[in-house]
Order: sequence, then structure tokens, then C-alpha cells
Amino acid sequence: MTRGLKAVDRPVLVAFGFIVVLIILGSIYNRHPPSVLYLLQQLQVASFLGIVASGLMLTILLGQIDLSIPWVVTIGGIAATAAAGWWGGSWTALGLPFALVCGGLVGLANGLGVAFLRIPSMVFTLGMNAVVQGIVVMYTGGNAPPDRATPILQWLAVRNTFQVPNAVIVWAMVGVLVVVALHRTPFGRYVYATGNSERVTYLSGINTRAILIAAFVASGACSAFAGALLAGYAGKAYQAMGDPYLLPAIAAVVLGGTSILGGSGTYLGTVAGVILITVLESVLSVMQIPESTRQIVYGTMIVVMMLVYGRGRKPEG
Amino acid sequence: MNGLRLWLSRNGRALFALALFLSMFCIYVIKNGVGLKMGLATAVANKGVLLALVAMAQTIPVLTGGIDLSVGMIFVLTNCIASAVLSGPPWMVAVGVVVVLLSGVVCGAINGALVVYGRLQPIIATLATGAVYYGLALTIRPVPGGSIDATLASALTNQFFGIVPTTLVILVAVVLVVWVPFQLSMTGRGCYAIGSSEMAAYMTGIAVRRSRLTAYVLAGLLAAFGGILLTAMTLSSDASVSGGGTYTLSSIAAVVIGGTSLMGGAGGAIGSIFGAFVLRTVSDLLFVFDIQPLMQPFIQGLILLGAVSLGAIRVLRAPNRLQFLGAAR
Repeated sequence: MTRGLKAVDRPVLVAFGFIVVLIILGSIYNRHPPSVLYLLQQLQVASFLGIVASGLMLTILLGQIDLSIPWVVTIGGIAATAAAGWWGGSWTALGLPFALVCGGLVGLANGLGVAFLRIPSMVFTLGMNAVVQGIVVMYTGGNAPPDRATPILQWLAVRNTFQVPNAVIVWAMVGVLVVVALHRTPFGRYVYATGNSERVTYLSGINTRAILIAAFVASGACSAFAGALLAGYAGKAYQAMGDPYLLPAIAAVVLGGTSILGGSGTYLGTVAGVILITVLESVLSVMQIPESTRQIVYGTMIVVMMLVYGRGRKPEG
Repeated sequence: MNGLRLWLSRNGRALFALALFLSMFCIYVIKNGVGLKMGLATAVANKGVLLALVAMAQTIPVLTGGIDLSVGMIFVLTNCIASAVLSGPPWMVAVGVVVVLLSGVVCGAINGALVVYGRLQPIIATLATGAVYYGLALTIRPVPGGSIDATLASALTNQFFGIVPTTLVILVAVVLVVWVPFQLSMTGRGCYAIGSSEMAAYMTGIAVRRSRLTAYVLAGLLAAFGGILLTAMTLSSDASVSGGGTYTLSSIAAVVIGGTSLMGGAGGAIGSIFGAFVLRTVSDLLFVFDIQPLMQPFIQGLILLGAVSLGAIRVLRAPNRLQFLGAAR
């Protein structure tokens, strides 16, 4: 029991430790102690990545991965703004649900491919990414669809409630949903069990196909949701807006201690990973380090942190 | 007879990729209307060989059950290095070629060391090193530019004695000098064995660490060959993150189309070459069939998805689902 606790807590503690160190480094550089406002801003920026990572984490817990994130984020943003602009009226309010449905459908396709055709998720979701990109180009290339963010999206992404950015509240709600689903429902048990051994879980009488499909649908919906919020944050939706989210999301989930092989990991860890990645990017840009050096530092930091606590077991014998 | 059957069962997927490419290429040539001119063949070969080299690079780590998400970035980095060192007198160009290939080897060795000695998961280790290599490429070339020795460039991109596209000759040479000896060596056999079962390979006394390290080093080397050819074709370099990412993703698709299992242990680089040519011919076909430009990415995506889904046929024929659910860990 104590060993189990230790295995769960160590990556999370190390990740939070790195976050504190980074914030202190940043404030030393600025010669200004970190303000509450600064921290809240960091959380606001982190919330988009956080929502993407929430869905991705479910698929990684199953030992799968969702590489269709970039264009699902994009289609989420474009669907939310286009639905409002094309049809107007009550569709303005339905833009966000429409985006979620679009993302969910892509996730459904991913889930069906992985669960029924048994194609490795790394390949199938990659193919879906290309297909979704094709759909977006087909529908937006010739005639620019309305891409203005609706007031609802802007309210969700930019405004504050009692000083707290709404985006952070939205992320917290998504997080609560994921934590409840993972730790308070049979679904969560089945996710961890399937991640550990799908064969054993299946033989125990659990419909592992349904679990796989549900996780991919959730991942698609989360990505599209984040895309819609991003459109609200940026004021408009644009092509390839999801490109910078795939690798940081994978890095965040894995740095948070979730095994890339599936079966173990906590949501708290993912939260730590997301904040860590966001603060790292922020500190690097505050120091006005050129993009090239930033990439080198970014990659090196991930390697170093993984070497500190993400190592596999030593081969036995 | 039995030998033939075994050979067919081992190479069926690669042969399928070859047949797919040949039929697509024939349709392309017929539909194109200008016949198989040398210029056309060279253009097709040049485009295909670039991806073929990166796909070969991807194949070897995949055979061990790993993956190299940084091949595209090594390709871009070596492109940038090549555009800086491949000029001047002939001896400097020769030294430059060695420098570029060595830098590919170093990149691959870093990946391999992180996976073998750092015991990191390949997917996350190469994801991170890919960012580093991209950063280095951007340091060398903040804006697209650079140059390459004109004689070398035209020699590499035209025809060999006017008969065959030089890039094809280079591809065959790389296969004969790098891939075939590797596949026949103990180390190469070790890579297949690790991919099938690491535990069994270890118990058999296979040098697991050396084999795995070699796999990543060779991936870096092959990607560097690609980097040099890219420099010869574009006469410059561009540290583009989307360029590197696209090549990494296409290389995985090519590997799968070519019949290498992503679980490791089965397949080979030859199949990946055909897979790469299949992928490259798709866009040419869409062009000659006058598909609306806006539809092209969608159809390309569908074909890509369909091609990688070919492996699903075995699922539909399987007597027992259990065999696809993986063993208990």
C-alpha cells in the first residue's frame, strides 16, 4: 500500500517542485515577486492545454494515444464559430454544443477503428487527423466561413468571475468530471484495468470495446471544446490553430506521471504536467529567449525531468 | 515450395505495397498522356526517394518495438547543416558530406542512449529530442536560405549516365550498403528478436542494448542521407517545424503501408520504400485526375486511412478475438 502511494505521489511532487522552481526563477529574473494576477494568468493560458490533456490522458491510460488532436482542436474552433455565423439566431448559442458533437464524432470514428478494426491507435488517429484536415480544407478553403468568435465563447475564454478567469473554472469543471469518472464510477475502474491488461479485463466480462470507444469520444470532445474556447480567446478561429497543442499535451500527461504504456496515472499529475509546461513556456518567453533556444531548452527539460522520475524499470536478470 | 510460402508470408505486405505502387504509377503515366519521359521519372523518383529514406530510418526503431518521432527533425537539421557545409572546393564538400552524416549519427546516438541507458520510453524521448534538433536547426537557419555546391546538386538530382535517376541509384546503394548488411548481421537479427520478445531475446544472449542503440543510430544516419538529398533538390534549407512533423508522420504511414508491424519484430525497410512511393504517388494521381484542389487533402487523408487500415483484414478473418488483446503484463 505504501509503495503504491509512493509510486503515485513522486512524479506529482517532483512536477510541482519544478513548477515552484520555475516560478521563483522567473520572478528573480523579473525582480518582482510573482503576483496572484500573474499566477491566474498562467492558469488561464494553461486551461486550454489542460482540457486537451484531460481527454488525451484517458486514451493514454488505456495504453492508446490520440494523435488527431491538432485538427480536432481546429475543427472545434471552426465549427463553433461557423455554426453561429452560418445559421445565426439560436445557432449562436448552439455553436459550442455543435463543436462538441463534431469532436465527439471524430472521436467515435477513432474509437471504432481502434476497438473493432484493431488498428494501432497511433496510426489510425494519425490517419483521422489527415481526414479531418481534409474536411476542414474542403469546407473552408473556397469560401471563408464566418470565423468571428461568438460572445458566449469570448465570455467563457476571456472574462473573469470574481477575479477568477472563466477558462480556469471551465477547466476545473472538466477536471472534476474526469476525476469523478476515473475514481467514482465503474468506468474509471475499467479504464485502469483495460490499460493494465485488456485481455484480462475482457475475460473478466467487461466490454473493453465500449471503454475504448468512450475514451476516444471523450478525447475528441475535449479537444473540440478546447478549440472552441481558443477561438473565443483569440477572437476568431483559424486553420491549424491546434498544431501547437499535440506535443505539449503528450508531454504534460507523461510528465504528470501517467505511464505511456497505460494503466497508471492520476489526474492531479496531469494538472501538474500542464501547469509545468505552461509555466516553462511562459518563463522562456519572458526571458525573451529566441524560439530556437526555447525549443532546445524545452526538449532538454522534458528529457531531464523524465530522467529524474520517468524511467522504466531496469531489465531484470 | 515451403520455402516460397514462408518467403511469401514474410514479404506479402511489402509485395502488396510494391504492386499498389506499380499499378498507381502505371495509371499515372497513362493518364498523364506524355508517356514515361526521363524528366518525369526523375521528378517522381526524387520526391519518392526523400520520403523513402526517412521511412527506412523510421523502420529500424519500429522493428525493435520502439519508434523515432524525431526522424523528421533530424532530416530538417541535417538539411540545414548540409546547406552550410556543402560548398567550396571538392575536398571541403567531401568533408561536408561526412560532417552531415556524422551529425545524423550523433542525433541517432543521443536518441538511442536515452532509450537504452536512460530507460525512457522511445515515444517520449524522441518527442523531446525532436524539439531539441528543431531548435538546433533553427539556430543554424533562422530564416530559409543557405546554398550547396552546384555540381553536386545537379549530379544528385539528375540522371545517372542519362539512364536512371541518380536518386534511385543512391537509394539502391544505401539499401545495399546499410540495410542489407544490417539485416544479415547479428545486431540486425537482434533488432527483430527484441521486437518479437525482448525477454526471449535477452535470455537467448542477444546483445539487447547494442542492437537497440544501433537501431536508433542507423535511423539518424538514414535521415541524414535524406537531408543531403533534400538540400540538393531545394538548393537551400528551411528549418520548418511543419516540414519535419509531416515527414515524421508520413514516415510512420509509409512503414505501416510497407508491412512493418508497429509492435515490432516483423517487416523490413524494403517494404517501407514501396510504402513511401505509394504515399507520394497518391498526390500525383489526384493531380492527373483533375480532382478539385480543395478536395485533394480530404481524399489523400481517406486513402492514407484506408491504406493503414489494410491490416484490419486479419481481424475480420480471425477465429478468436483474444489474440488481438495483448498478453497480460
